[in-house]
Amino acid sequence: MSKLPEDLKYTKSHEWVRTLADGTLEIGITDHAQHALGDLVFVEVPEAGRSVKAGEACAVVESVKAASDVYAPISGEVTAGNARLAQEPEAVNTDAYGAGWLWRLRPESGAVAAAALLSAADYQQVLDAEGG
Amino acid sequence: MGRQTPLFRLHQELGARLVDFGGWDMPVQYGSQIGEHHAVRRAAGVFDVSHMCVIDLTGAAARPFLERLLANDVGRLRAPGRALYSCLLNDAGGILDDLIVYYLGEEFFRLVVNAGTRDRDLAWIRSHAHDFGVAVHERTDLAMLAVQGPEARAKAAQLLSPADAATALGLAVFSAGELGPWFVARTGYTGEDGFEIMMPAADAVAAWRSLNSLGVASCGLGARDTLRLEAGMNLYGNDMDEGTQPFESALGWTVALQPAGRDFIGRRALEPLAASGSPRKLVGLILEDRGVLRGHQKVIVAGSGEGEITSGTFSPTLERSIAFARVPAATAGEVQVDIRGKLLRARLVKPPFVRFGRALVT
Repeated sequence: MSKLPEDLKYTKSHEWVRTLADGTLEIGITDHAQHALGDLVFVEVPEAGRSVKAGEACAVVESVKAASDVYAPISGEVTAGNARLAQEPEAVNTDAYGAGWLWRLRPESGAVAAAALLSAADYQQVLDAEGG
Repeated sequence: MGRQTPLFRLHQELGARLVDFGGWDMPVQYGSQIGEHHAVRRAAGVFDVSHMCVIDLTGAAARPFLERLLANDVGRLRAPGRALYSCLLNDAGGILDDLIVYYLGEEFFRLVVNAGTRDRDLAWIRSHAHDFGVAVHERTDLAMLAVQGPEARAKAAQLLSPADAATALGLAVFSAGELGPWFVARTGYTGEDGFEIMMPAADAVAAWRSLNSLGVASCGLGARDTLRLEAGMNLYGNDMDEGTQPFESALGWTVALQPAGRDFIGRRALEPLAASGSPRKLVGLILEDRGVLRGHQKVIVAGSGEGEITSGTFSPTLERSIAFARVPAATAGEVQVDIRGKLLRARLVKPPFVRFGRALVT
Protein backbone atom coordinates (compact mmCIF):
# COMPACT_ATOMS: atom_id res chain seq x y z
CA MET A 1 0.00 0.00 0.00
CA SER A 2 1.23 3.47 -0.87
CA LYS A 3 2.51 5.90 1.74
CA LEU A 4 -0.12 8.09 3.40
CA PRO A 5 0.07 11.83 2.66
CA GLU A 6 1.38 13.52 5.82
CA ASP A 7 -0.57 16.74 5.29
CA LEU A 8 -3.97 15.06 5.61
CA LYS A 9 -6.00 13.98 8.62
CA TYR A 10 -7.83 10.67 8.70
CA THR A 11 -10.71 8.81 10.31
CA LYS A 12 -11.03 5.22 11.46
CA SER A 13 -13.74 4.80 8.85
CA HIS A 14 -11.21 5.55 6.07
CA GLU A 15 -12.03 9.12 5.13
CA TRP A 16 -9.37 11.79 4.71
CA VAL A 17 -9.64 15.52 5.43
CA ARG A 18 -7.54 18.29 3.85
CA THR A 19 -7.54 21.87 5.17
CA LEU A 20 -7.67 24.28 2.23
CA ALA A 21 -6.15 27.77 2.23
CA ASP A 22 -9.50 29.44 2.94
CA GLY A 23 -10.12 27.29 6.00
CA THR A 24 -12.70 25.04 4.33
CA LEU A 25 -12.12 21.31 4.32
CA GLU A 26 -11.89 18.83 1.45
CA ILE A 27 -13.00 15.28 2.18
CA GLY A 28 -12.47 12.01 0.38
CA ILE A 29 -11.91 8.30 0.99
CA THR A 30 -8.46 6.84 1.48
CA ASP A 31 -6.50 4.78 -0.99
CA HIS A 32 -7.05 1.80 1.30
CA ALA A 33 -10.82 2.33 1.09
CA GLN A 34 -10.92 2.69 -2.71
CA HIS A 35 -8.80 -0.41 -3.06
CA ALA A 36 -11.10 -2.40 -0.80
CA LEU A 37 -14.15 -1.24 -2.77
CA GLY A 38 -12.75 -2.07 -6.19
CA ASP A 39 -13.65 -0.37 -9.49
CA LEU A 40 -16.07 2.46 -8.74
CA VAL A 41 -18.89 2.92 -11.24
CA PHE A 42 -21.13 5.48 -9.54
CA VAL A 43 -20.53 8.21 -6.98
CA GLU A 44 -23.20 10.41 -5.41
CA VAL A 45 -21.93 13.48 -3.58
CA PRO A 46 -23.83 16.02 -1.43
CA GLU A 47 -24.91 19.31 -2.99
CA ALA A 48 -23.55 22.69 -1.97
CA GLY A 49 -25.61 24.28 0.81
CA ARG A 50 -26.47 21.03 2.54
CA SER A 51 -25.86 21.00 6.25
CA VAL A 52 -24.32 17.76 7.49
CA LYS A 53 -23.70 16.36 10.95
CA ALA A 54 -20.63 14.33 11.85
CA GLY A 55 -21.44 10.64 11.44
CA GLU A 56 -24.19 11.28 8.90
CA ALA A 57 -24.08 9.31 5.63
CA CYS A 58 -23.63 11.98 3.01
CA ALA A 59 -22.06 10.39 -0.06
CA VAL A 60 -22.43 7.01 -1.73
CA VAL A 61 -19.67 5.23 -3.59
CA GLU A 62 -20.69 2.22 -5.65
CA SER A 63 -18.35 -0.37 -7.06
CA VAL A 64 -19.43 -3.10 -9.42
CA LYS A 65 -20.01 -5.24 -6.34
CA ALA A 66 -21.76 -3.01 -3.82
CA ALA A 67 -22.85 0.41 -2.63
CA SER A 68 -21.14 1.95 0.41
CA ASP A 69 -22.01 5.05 2.38
CA VAL A 70 -19.38 7.65 3.15
CA TYR A 71 -19.91 9.36 6.49
CA ALA A 72 -19.29 13.01 7.25
CA PRO A 73 -16.26 13.14 9.56
CA ILE A 74 -17.08 16.71 10.61
CA SER A 75 -20.25 18.78 10.97
CA GLY A 76 -20.72 21.81 8.75
CA GLU A 77 -22.12 23.17 5.52
CA VAL A 78 -21.19 21.63 2.19
CA THR A 79 -19.61 24.21 -0.09
CA ALA A 80 -19.16 21.93 -3.12
CA GLY A 81 -19.62 18.36 -4.30
CA ASN A 82 -17.09 17.03 -6.80
CA ALA A 83 -19.19 17.22 -9.99
CA ARG A 84 -16.47 15.57 -12.07
CA LEU A 85 -17.21 12.22 -10.38
CA ALA A 86 -20.59 12.02 -12.13
CA GLN A 87 -18.74 11.31 -15.35
CA GLU A 88 -15.50 9.92 -13.91
CA PRO A 89 -16.21 7.87 -10.77
CA GLU A 90 -12.94 6.02 -11.45
CA ALA A 91 -11.04 9.18 -10.39
CA VAL A 92 -11.57 7.97 -6.82
CA ASN A 93 -9.68 4.78 -7.71
CA THR A 94 -6.88 6.42 -9.64
CA ASP A 95 -6.35 9.56 -7.51
CA ALA A 96 -8.02 9.06 -4.14
CA TYR A 97 -6.24 12.00 -2.46
CA GLY A 98 -6.51 14.41 -5.39
CA ALA A 99 -9.02 14.42 -8.25
CA GLY A 100 -11.12 11.88 -6.34
CA TRP A 101 -12.14 14.24 -3.53
CA LEU A 102 -15.86 13.94 -2.69
CA TRP A 103 -17.05 17.18 -1.09
CA ARG A 104 -15.86 20.42 0.48
CA LEU A 105 -17.18 21.71 3.75
CA ARG A 106 -17.20 24.84 5.90
CA PRO A 107 -16.94 23.33 9.39
CA GLU A 108 -19.11 24.41 12.26
CA SER A 109 -17.30 26.21 15.03
CA GLY A 110 -15.51 23.66 17.20
CA ALA A 111 -16.36 20.78 14.88
CA VAL A 112 -12.77 20.09 13.82
CA ALA A 113 -11.58 19.71 17.40
CA ALA A 114 -14.60 17.55 18.25
CA ALA A 115 -13.87 15.20 15.35
CA ALA A 116 -10.63 13.87 16.91
CA LEU A 117 -9.07 13.21 13.53
CA LEU A 118 -6.06 10.93 13.18
CA SER A 119 -2.60 11.81 11.95
CA ALA A 120 -1.11 9.80 9.09
CA ALA A 121 0.93 7.76 11.59
CA ASP A 122 -2.13 7.02 13.74
CA TYR A 123 -4.19 6.04 10.70
CA GLN A 124 -1.38 3.77 9.55
CA GLN A 125 -1.73 1.97 12.89
CA VAL A 126 -5.45 1.53 12.22
CA LEU A 127 -4.59 -0.04 8.86
CA ASP A 128 -1.92 -2.26 10.39
CA ALA A 129 -4.39 -3.45 13.03
CA GLU A 130 -6.85 -4.33 10.26
CA GLY A 131 -4.18 -6.31 8.50
CA GLY A 132 -4.13 -3.79 5.67
CA MET B 1 -11.78 -20.70 6.88
CA GLY B 2 -13.97 -22.23 4.23
CA ARG B 3 -13.41 -25.11 1.85
CA GLN B 4 -10.66 -24.67 -0.70
CA THR B 5 -10.32 -25.76 -4.30
CA PRO B 6 -7.11 -27.31 -5.68
CA LEU B 7 -6.30 -23.82 -7.06
CA PHE B 8 -6.51 -21.99 -3.71
CA ARG B 9 -2.77 -21.46 -3.24
CA LEU B 10 -2.38 -20.33 -6.83
CA HIS B 11 -5.14 -17.75 -6.34
CA GLN B 12 -3.26 -16.43 -3.31
CA GLU B 13 -0.02 -16.35 -5.27
CA LEU B 14 -1.75 -14.43 -8.08
CA GLY B 15 -2.91 -11.80 -5.58
CA ALA B 16 -6.60 -12.65 -5.67
CA ARG B 17 -8.97 -11.17 -3.14
CA LEU B 18 -10.65 -14.21 -1.61
CA VAL B 19 -14.20 -14.21 -0.27
CA ASP B 20 -16.59 -16.76 1.14
CA PHE B 21 -18.92 -18.10 -1.53
CA GLY B 22 -21.28 -20.88 -0.50
CA GLY B 23 -18.83 -22.03 2.17
CA TRP B 24 -15.81 -21.90 -0.17
CA ASP B 25 -12.86 -19.49 -0.17
CA MET B 26 -13.06 -18.22 -3.73
CA PRO B 27 -11.33 -15.47 -5.74
CA VAL B 28 -13.62 -12.51 -6.36
CA GLN B 29 -11.04 -10.63 -8.42
CA TYR B 30 -7.32 -10.63 -9.16
CA GLY B 31 -6.98 -6.99 -10.20
CA SER B 32 -9.70 -4.93 -11.81
CA GLN B 33 -13.06 -6.68 -11.93
CA ILE B 34 -14.07 -4.60 -14.94
CA GLY B 35 -10.78 -5.48 -16.65
CA GLU B 36 -11.50 -9.18 -16.13
CA HIS B 37 -14.99 -8.72 -17.53
CA HIS B 38 -13.67 -7.08 -20.69
CA ALA B 39 -10.98 -9.76 -21.08
CA VAL B 40 -13.75 -12.37 -21.42
CA ARG B 41 -15.85 -10.27 -23.81
CA ARG B 42 -12.87 -9.38 -26.01
CA ALA B 43 -10.35 -12.25 -25.72
CA ALA B 44 -10.35 -15.01 -23.10
CA GLY B 45 -10.49 -15.52 -19.35
CA VAL B 46 -10.29 -18.50 -16.99
CA PHE B 47 -12.43 -19.02 -13.88
CA ASP B 48 -12.01 -21.54 -11.08
CA VAL B 49 -15.41 -23.21 -10.76
CA SER B 50 -14.13 -26.23 -8.86
CA HIS B 51 -16.47 -25.37 -6.01
CA MET B 52 -19.36 -26.56 -8.14
CA CYS B 53 -20.46 -30.11 -7.45
CA VAL B 54 -20.04 -32.84 -10.05
CA ILE B 55 -22.28 -35.86 -9.51
CA ASP B 56 -22.07 -39.05 -11.58
CA LEU B 57 -25.20 -41.18 -11.86
CA THR B 58 -24.82 -44.76 -13.01
CA GLY B 59 -27.21 -47.64 -13.35
CA ALA B 60 -29.54 -49.31 -15.82
CA ALA B 61 -32.39 -46.99 -14.78
CA ALA B 62 -30.37 -43.76 -14.90
CA ARG B 63 -32.52 -42.29 -17.67
CA PRO B 64 -35.92 -43.12 -16.11
CA PHE B 65 -34.58 -41.75 -12.81
CA LEU B 66 -33.69 -38.40 -14.41
CA GLU B 67 -37.02 -38.30 -16.24
CA ARG B 68 -38.56 -38.35 -12.77
CA LEU B 69 -36.02 -36.07 -11.05
CA LEU B 70 -35.69 -33.19 -13.52
CA ALA B 71 -38.17 -30.65 -14.89
CA ASN B 72 -36.51 -30.66 -18.29
CA ASP B 73 -36.69 -33.89 -20.28
CA VAL B 74 -33.54 -35.97 -20.60
CA GLY B 75 -35.47 -37.84 -23.28
CA ARG B 76 -34.23 -35.02 -25.51
CA LEU B 77 -30.66 -36.24 -25.00
CA ARG B 78 -30.00 -38.84 -27.69
CA ALA B 79 -26.38 -38.35 -28.76
CA PRO B 80 -23.73 -39.16 -26.14
CA GLY B 81 -22.03 -36.01 -24.89
CA ARG B 82 -25.12 -33.83 -25.25
CA ALA B 83 -25.99 -31.52 -22.35
CA LEU B 84 -29.26 -30.11 -21.05
CA TYR B 85 -30.03 -27.29 -18.60
CA SER B 86 -32.75 -28.08 -16.06
CA CYS B 87 -34.32 -27.13 -12.78
CA LEU B 88 -34.45 -29.51 -9.88
CA LEU B 89 -37.87 -28.99 -8.30
CA ASN B 90 -39.53 -29.96 -5.07
CA ASP B 91 -43.06 -31.36 -4.95
CA ALA B 92 -44.51 -27.84 -4.74
CA GLY B 93 -42.73 -26.81 -7.95
CA GLY B 94 -40.22 -24.67 -6.02
CA ILE B 95 -36.72 -24.60 -7.44
CA LEU B 96 -34.22 -26.58 -5.36
CA ASP B 97 -31.41 -25.84 -7.81
CA ASP B 98 -30.53 -25.36 -11.44
CA LEU B 99 -28.06 -27.71 -13.06
CA ILE B 100 -26.57 -29.11 -16.24
CA VAL B 101 -26.97 -32.79 -17.05
CA TYR B 102 -24.64 -34.53 -19.50
CA TYR B 103 -25.66 -37.72 -21.27
CA LEU B 104 -22.56 -39.88 -21.42
CA GLY B 105 -24.05 -43.33 -21.91
CA GLU B 106 -27.35 -45.10 -21.46
CA GLU B 107 -26.29 -46.02 -17.92
CA PHE B 108 -24.13 -42.97 -17.20
CA PHE B 109 -25.20 -39.34 -16.73
CA ARG B 110 -23.28 -36.50 -15.08
CA LEU B 111 -24.81 -33.57 -13.20
CA VAL B 112 -23.15 -30.27 -12.31
CA VAL B 113 -24.98 -28.49 -9.49
CA ASN B 114 -24.30 -25.32 -7.50
CA ALA B 115 -21.80 -25.19 -4.64
CA GLY B 116 -24.15 -23.64 -2.10
CA THR B 117 -26.79 -26.31 -2.58
CA ARG B 118 -24.42 -29.28 -2.72
CA ASP B 119 -25.44 -31.05 0.48
CA ARG B 120 -29.16 -30.53 0.04
CA ASP B 121 -29.02 -31.62 -3.60
CA LEU B 122 -27.04 -34.74 -2.80
CA ALA B 123 -29.46 -35.73 -0.06
CA TRP B 124 -32.46 -35.11 -2.33
CA ILE B 125 -30.95 -36.97 -5.29
CA ARG B 126 -29.87 -39.91 -3.14
CA SER B 127 -33.29 -40.18 -1.53
CA HIS B 128 -34.92 -40.57 -4.95
CA ALA B 129 -32.14 -42.57 -6.64
CA HIS B 130 -32.59 -45.38 -4.19
CA ASP B 131 -35.92 -46.47 -5.72
CA PHE B 132 -34.34 -46.64 -9.16
CA GLY B 133 -31.21 -48.51 -8.10
CA VAL B 134 -29.08 -45.65 -9.43
CA ALA B 135 -25.67 -45.07 -7.86
CA VAL B 136 -24.86 -41.46 -6.89
CA HIS B 137 -21.16 -40.59 -6.83
CA GLU B 138 -19.90 -37.13 -5.90
CA ARG B 139 -16.69 -36.41 -7.86
CA THR B 140 -14.62 -34.56 -5.28
CA ASP B 141 -11.52 -35.68 -7.16
CA LEU B 142 -12.11 -33.21 -10.02
CA ALA B 143 -11.26 -29.58 -10.52
CA MET B 144 -13.23 -27.48 -12.99
CA LEU B 145 -11.97 -24.55 -15.06
CA ALA B 146 -14.24 -22.38 -17.20
CA VAL B 147 -12.33 -20.88 -20.13
CA GLN B 148 -14.54 -18.28 -21.76
CA GLY B 149 -14.34 -15.68 -24.48
CA PRO B 150 -14.01 -15.40 -28.26
CA GLU B 151 -10.44 -16.77 -28.12
CA ALA B 152 -11.11 -19.29 -25.34
CA ARG B 153 -11.54 -22.48 -27.32
CA ALA B 154 -8.48 -21.91 -29.48
CA LYS B 155 -6.35 -21.15 -26.42
CA ALA B 156 -7.67 -24.04 -24.34
CA ALA B 157 -7.16 -26.47 -27.21
CA GLN B 158 -3.44 -25.75 -26.97
CA LEU B 159 -3.38 -27.61 -23.66
CA LEU B 160 -4.46 -30.78 -25.46
CA SER B 161 -2.74 -33.28 -27.75
CA PRO B 162 -3.37 -32.55 -31.46
CA ALA B 163 -5.91 -35.37 -31.69
CA ASP B 164 -7.78 -34.29 -28.53
CA ALA B 165 -7.64 -30.66 -29.62
CA ALA B 166 -9.33 -31.57 -32.90
CA THR B 167 -12.05 -33.43 -31.00
CA ALA B 168 -12.54 -30.54 -28.56
CA LEU B 169 -12.72 -27.93 -31.32
CA GLY B 170 -15.25 -30.13 -33.13
CA LEU B 171 -17.67 -30.15 -30.17
CA ALA B 172 -21.08 -28.60 -30.89
CA VAL B 173 -22.52 -26.02 -28.52
CA PHE B 174 -23.81 -27.69 -25.34
CA SER B 175 -21.86 -30.87 -26.00
CA ALA B 176 -19.01 -32.53 -24.17
CA GLY B 177 -16.33 -35.13 -24.77
CA GLU B 178 -14.20 -37.29 -22.52
CA LEU B 179 -10.62 -36.72 -23.61
CA GLY B 180 -8.50 -39.08 -21.53
CA PRO B 181 -8.88 -37.98 -17.91
CA TRP B 182 -10.27 -34.59 -18.98
CA PHE B 183 -13.91 -33.85 -19.64
CA VAL B 184 -14.31 -30.91 -22.01
CA ALA B 185 -17.73 -29.29 -22.44
CA ARG B 186 -18.67 -26.43 -24.77
CA THR B 187 -20.76 -24.72 -22.11
CA GLY B 188 -20.43 -21.64 -19.95
CA TYR B 189 -22.02 -18.89 -17.91
CA THR B 190 -20.81 -15.74 -19.63
CA GLY B 191 -22.65 -15.37 -22.94
CA GLU B 192 -19.42 -16.09 -24.79
CA ASP B 193 -18.15 -19.21 -26.48
CA GLY B 194 -15.79 -21.40 -24.49
CA PHE B 195 -15.21 -24.58 -22.59
CA GLU B 196 -15.83 -25.84 -19.10
CA ILE B 197 -13.15 -28.40 -18.37
CA MET B 198 -13.26 -30.97 -15.59
CA MET B 199 -9.90 -32.52 -14.82
CA PRO B 200 -8.11 -34.44 -12.07
CA ALA B 201 -7.38 -32.00 -9.24
CA ALA B 202 -3.63 -32.52 -9.69
CA ASP B 203 -3.76 -31.12 -13.25
CA ALA B 204 -5.47 -27.85 -12.37
CA VAL B 205 -2.56 -25.61 -11.35
CA ALA B 206 -0.45 -26.48 -14.40
CA ALA B 207 -3.46 -25.99 -16.70
CA TRP B 208 -4.19 -22.58 -15.19
CA ARG B 209 -0.56 -21.44 -15.52
CA SER B 210 -0.44 -22.63 -19.13
CA LEU B 211 -3.61 -20.70 -19.93
CA ASN B 212 -2.14 -17.58 -18.32
CA SER B 213 1.02 -17.97 -20.40
CA LEU B 214 -1.17 -18.17 -23.52
CA GLY B 215 -2.68 -14.81 -22.59
CA VAL B 216 -5.85 -16.07 -20.91
CA ALA B 217 -6.67 -13.72 -18.02
CA SER B 218 -7.33 -15.00 -14.49
CA CYS B 219 -10.91 -13.99 -13.68
CA GLY B 220 -12.84 -14.05 -10.41
CA LEU B 221 -16.41 -14.52 -9.34
CA GLY B 222 -17.01 -10.77 -9.54
CA ALA B 223 -16.56 -10.75 -13.32
CA ARG B 224 -18.43 -14.04 -13.56
CA ASP B 225 -21.46 -12.33 -11.98
CA THR B 226 -21.47 -9.28 -14.28
CA LEU B 227 -20.93 -11.51 -17.31
CA ARG B 228 -23.78 -13.87 -16.46
CA LEU B 229 -26.14 -11.00 -15.74
CA GLU B 230 -25.34 -9.36 -19.09
CA ALA B 231 -25.86 -12.79 -20.67
CA GLY B 232 -29.34 -13.04 -19.13
CA MET B 233 -28.51 -16.08 -17.00
CA ASN B 234 -30.06 -16.61 -13.58
CA LEU B 235 -28.09 -17.09 -10.38
CA TYR B 236 -29.54 -19.60 -7.95
CA GLY B 237 -30.31 -18.05 -4.57
CA ASN B 238 -30.67 -14.56 -6.11
CA ASP B 239 -33.07 -14.92 -9.01
CA MET B 240 -34.83 -18.08 -7.93
CA ASP B 241 -34.97 -20.39 -4.92
CA GLU B 242 -37.18 -22.91 -3.18
CA GLY B 243 -39.91 -20.28 -2.79
CA THR B 244 -40.19 -19.51 -6.50
CA GLN B 245 -41.22 -21.66 -9.46
CA PRO B 246 -39.81 -21.69 -13.01
CA PHE B 247 -42.64 -19.71 -14.66
CA GLU B 248 -41.95 -16.69 -12.45
CA SER B 249 -38.19 -17.09 -12.91
CA ALA B 250 -37.92 -16.80 -16.72
CA LEU B 251 -37.29 -20.55 -16.75
CA GLY B 252 -40.58 -21.77 -18.21
CA TRP B 253 -38.65 -22.82 -21.34
CA THR B 254 -36.83 -25.44 -19.25
CA VAL B 255 -40.01 -27.13 -18.02
CA ALA B 256 -40.89 -29.95 -20.42
CA LEU B 257 -44.62 -30.62 -20.01
CA GLN B 258 -44.49 -32.83 -23.10
CA PRO B 259 -44.66 -35.79 -23.16
CA ALA B 260 -47.75 -35.48 -20.97
CA GLY B 261 -47.14 -38.84 -19.32
CA ARG B 262 -43.76 -37.96 -17.83
CA ASP B 263 -44.43 -37.61 -14.11
CA PHE B 264 -41.51 -35.45 -12.98
CA ILE B 265 -41.27 -34.09 -9.44
CA GLY B 266 -43.12 -30.77 -9.28
CA ARG B 267 -45.24 -31.43 -12.35
CA ARG B 268 -48.57 -31.57 -10.52
CA ALA B 269 -47.93 -28.22 -8.87
CA LEU B 270 -46.84 -26.56 -12.11
CA GLU B 271 -49.59 -27.78 -14.46
CA PRO B 272 -52.30 -25.42 -13.15
CA LEU B 273 -49.85 -22.50 -13.37
CA ALA B 274 -48.93 -23.43 -16.93
CA ALA B 275 -52.63 -23.28 -17.81
CA SER B 276 -53.58 -20.10 -15.91
CA GLY B 277 -50.33 -18.17 -16.25
CA SER B 278 -48.08 -17.16 -13.40
CA PRO B 279 -49.05 -13.98 -11.50
CA ARG B 280 -45.44 -12.80 -11.54
CA LYS B 281 -42.62 -12.84 -14.06
CA LEU B 282 -38.87 -12.25 -14.08
CA VAL B 283 -37.80 -9.51 -16.48
CA GLY B 284 -34.71 -7.59 -17.50
CA LEU B 285 -34.37 -3.92 -16.54
CA ILE B 286 -32.07 -1.21 -17.80
CA LEU B 287 -31.72 1.90 -15.68
CA GLU B 288 -32.45 5.13 -17.57
CA ASP B 289 -31.23 7.43 -14.78
CA ARG B 290 -27.80 7.42 -13.17
CA GLY B 291 -27.25 4.93 -10.38
CA VAL B 292 -26.81 1.22 -9.81
CA LEU B 293 -29.60 -1.33 -9.52
CA ARG B 294 -29.06 -3.88 -6.73
CA GLY B 295 -30.79 -6.95 -5.40
CA HIS B 296 -33.81 -6.31 -3.12
CA GLN B 297 -34.52 -2.77 -4.35
CA LYS B 298 -38.24 -2.14 -4.71
CA VAL B 299 -39.75 -1.83 -8.19
CA ILE B 300 -42.88 0.30 -8.55
CA VAL B 301 -45.14 -0.59 -11.45
CA ALA B 302 -47.81 2.00 -12.29
CA GLY B 303 -51.21 0.35 -12.11
CA SER B 304 -50.01 -3.15 -11.22
CA GLY B 305 -48.28 -2.91 -7.87
CA GLU B 306 -44.75 -3.65 -6.83
CA GLY B 307 -41.90 -5.97 -7.58
CA GLU B 308 -38.31 -6.48 -6.51
CA ILE B 309 -34.88 -6.54 -8.10
CA THR B 310 -33.40 -10.04 -7.77
CA SER B 311 -29.93 -9.26 -9.22
CA GLY B 312 -28.55 -5.92 -10.27
CA THR B 313 -25.19 -4.53 -11.23
CA PHE B 314 -23.30 -2.09 -13.38
CA SER B 315 -22.86 -3.55 -16.86
CA PRO B 316 -19.27 -2.95 -17.99
CA THR B 317 -20.24 -3.58 -21.62
CA LEU B 318 -23.25 -1.26 -21.70
CA GLU B 319 -21.75 1.17 -19.16
CA ARG B 320 -25.17 1.38 -17.52
CA SER B 321 -26.92 -0.45 -14.76
CA ILE B 322 -28.92 -3.59 -15.57
CA ALA B 323 -30.95 -5.98 -13.46
CA PHE B 324 -33.41 -8.81 -13.26
CA ALA B 325 -36.62 -8.05 -11.39
CA ARG B 326 -39.62 -10.11 -10.36
CA VAL B 327 -42.71 -8.03 -11.16
CA PRO B 328 -46.47 -8.46 -11.65
CA ALA B 329 -47.24 -10.33 -14.89
CA ALA B 330 -48.94 -7.31 -16.48
CA THR B 331 -45.83 -5.12 -16.17
CA ALA B 332 -44.68 -3.54 -19.43
CA GLY B 333 -42.72 -0.52 -20.62
CA GLU B 334 -41.28 1.64 -17.86
CA VAL B 335 -41.08 1.14 -14.10
CA GLN B 336 -39.57 3.04 -11.20
CA VAL B 337 -36.97 1.67 -8.82
CA ASP B 338 -36.55 2.93 -5.27
CA ILE B 339 -32.84 3.51 -4.75
CA ARG B 340 -32.17 4.92 -1.27
CA GLY B 341 -35.51 6.72 -1.27
CA LYS B 342 -35.22 8.18 -4.78
CA LEU B 343 -37.48 6.89 -7.55
CA LEU B 344 -35.39 6.30 -10.68
CA ARG B 345 -36.66 5.32 -14.12
CA ALA B 346 -35.96 1.88 -15.57
CA ARG B 347 -37.17 0.20 -18.74
CA LEU B 348 -38.14 -3.44 -19.29
CA VAL B 349 -35.92 -5.25 -21.78
CA LYS B 350 -35.74 -8.84 -22.89
CA PRO B 351 -32.48 -10.50 -21.78
CA PRO B 352 -29.82 -11.26 -22.84
CA PHE B 353 -28.37 -7.77 -22.63
CA VAL B 354 -25.10 -8.85 -24.27
CA ARG B 355 -24.19 -11.90 -26.31
CA PHE B 356 -20.92 -12.76 -28.08
CA GLY B 357 -19.43 -9.39 -27.22
CA ARG B 358 -22.30 -7.39 -28.71
CA ALA B 359 -24.86 -5.24 -26.90
CA LEU B 360 -28.38 -6.45 -27.71
CA VAL B 361 -30.23 -3.62 -25.98
CA THR B 362 -29.93 0.12 -26.39
